[in-house]
Amino acid sequence: MTNITAIFKKEFKSYFNSPIAYIFITFFLGISSWLFFRGFFIQNQAEMRSFFGLMPWIFLFFIPAVTMKLWAEEKKIGTVEILMTLPIRDAEVVVGKFLASFALLAVTVLLSLVLTFSVMYLGDPDGGTLIAGYIGLLLMGAAYLAIGLFASTLTENQIVAFILGITTCFVLLIIGEDFVLFNTPNWLFPIFSYLGLGAHYSSILRGVLDSRDIIYYLSVIGFFLYLSTLAVESRKWR
Amino acid sequence: MIEVKELTKSYGPTVAVNKVSFDAHAGEVLGFLGPNGAGKTTTMRILTCYLSADAGSATVAGYNIFEESIEVRKRIGYLPESAPLYTDMGVIEYLNFMTQVRHIPKSDRKERIRAVIDICGLEDVIQKDIGELSKGYRQRLGLAQSLIHDPPILILDEPTSGLDPNQIIEIRNLIRDIGQEKLVLFSTHILSEVSATCSRILIINNGEIVANGSPEELASQAKGEDIVHIAIRGSQEAIEAELNELEFVSQWTHVETTDDIVAYQINAAQDSDAAEALFHVVVKNGWSLTELRQESVDLEDVFLNLTDKE
Repeated sequence: MTNITAIFKKEFKSYFNSPIAYIFITFFLGISSWLFFRGFFIQNQAEMRSFFGLMPWIFLFFIPAVTMKLWAEEKKIGTVEILMTLPIRDAEVVVGKFLASFALLAVTVLLSLVLTFSVMYLGDPDGGTLIAGYIGLLLMGAAYLAIGLFASTLTENQIVAFILGITTCFVLLIIGEDFVLFNTPNWLFPIFSYLGLGAHYSSILRGVLDSRDIIYYLSVIGFFLYLSTLAVESRKWR
Repeated sequence: MIEVKELTKSYGPTVAVNKVSFDAHAGEVLGFLGPNGAGKTTTMRILTCYLSADAGSATVAGYNIFEESIEVRKRIGYLPESAPLYTDMGVIEYLNFMTQVRHIPKSDRKERIRAVIDICGLEDVIQKDIGELSKGYRQRLGLAQSLIHDPPILILDEPTSGLDPNQIIEIRNLIRDIGQEKLVLFSTHILSEVSATCSRILIINNGEIVANGSPEELASQAKGEDIVHIAIRGSQEAIEAELNELEFVSQWTHVETTDDIVAYQINAAQDSDAAEALFHVVVKNGWSLTELRQESVDLEDVFLNLTDKE
């Protein structure tokens, strides 16, 4: 545990040592507020559904940017060689890095509560849906982070990690969309609709915190963290 | 403290390390010498548990490097080639991170950081970010990082590369001091470095260990023979027949024939006055001598001899 904490602290600080955290927070809040308030007054309803609805697409571009450096940079400058010869298990490093990126996401989401407060000030939104929405947001964000982290373990080029992350998230997001499901063969239909990142998110957004959705997200996170560990370990026998 | 047996590692079809075996003990400074791409770095990476090997085994401080890798890593300080460091961190921040991941108790952390700053001469840069440091200071910080948990074994990959002559001397002195009680294993492709620093030299070439001994031993091993370059005007067959007869000639190689001058490189027993004896042979047979030169052998020749064969 001390190992994970040490890695976590180092990575989290490193986000704020570089401009990444500030750029991420500023742009994320700016873009999501703009997109939200653009329609908010037209709809004239005190609810945040449109905000939450946008998030899978906004996260698609922001989250791989947060995770792209986590491994790619270490490999590029060679620090991975010191890191992986410390008395720490590979999995501990993977988890520490993941938690650091999750903490940055959590801080950002926390700051976006400003939006919620203004909606609450202007009207009377349903508290339950809001809480469920935020939980869904964090779960989906964490799944994206795990995917982005995995993409970063595969290359030493941050741009490649970024694009690979976006692509993987995008594929997982759209295979659950009606548009894709409509054209999939019948035997693939249940698999795709279960695997789609978005469908579980929208069911949480309706205010229903179903354990199946939560288990789904936790499995996606666990699966990609496991793959990341394998990818990191693969240096040994390549 | 380190025992390596038949370690083998290949990358695809290239064999990087081929059946390397050696052992090393505390109080030794072991120089890993070899041309670039000889397998020095790969061997070090295997010993530090960064890579695994295809075959063979190794123990470090009594622990198997494949099965008890965490225990091994606790006992090794490692400085990879070109000292990779987190450029966005401050010097103290970095050392502090290292104390955490090296499990140094909270109460000792300040003291350890202080100690490595003193040992490595980092006093002037403690306020700076690593990104601002010169190559020399980065190398020292890399060394500081490897010493922070006071490990019994230190593995340094080309610790002096890219430094200026003064810095090289400093680092060498440092290595020698540390090597008084610890085991230091360091690699280099600079010859003078090993003779100046090491108590023992391993010469590695094409993934194989080709020599293992103290600098003096290796030099005298090679000095066991004198090398004579000779060029004679005469019949090649007659000369070679004569060379085969001579007792002190252990080996001769035909170098070239130009017109009717034949050149040879002759390995002769040490102190046999080979040059003089050869001169008499030439006179006796009525040939004429166009070149006669005796060479003494030093560490450089050992190295070239051992690593030059393709």
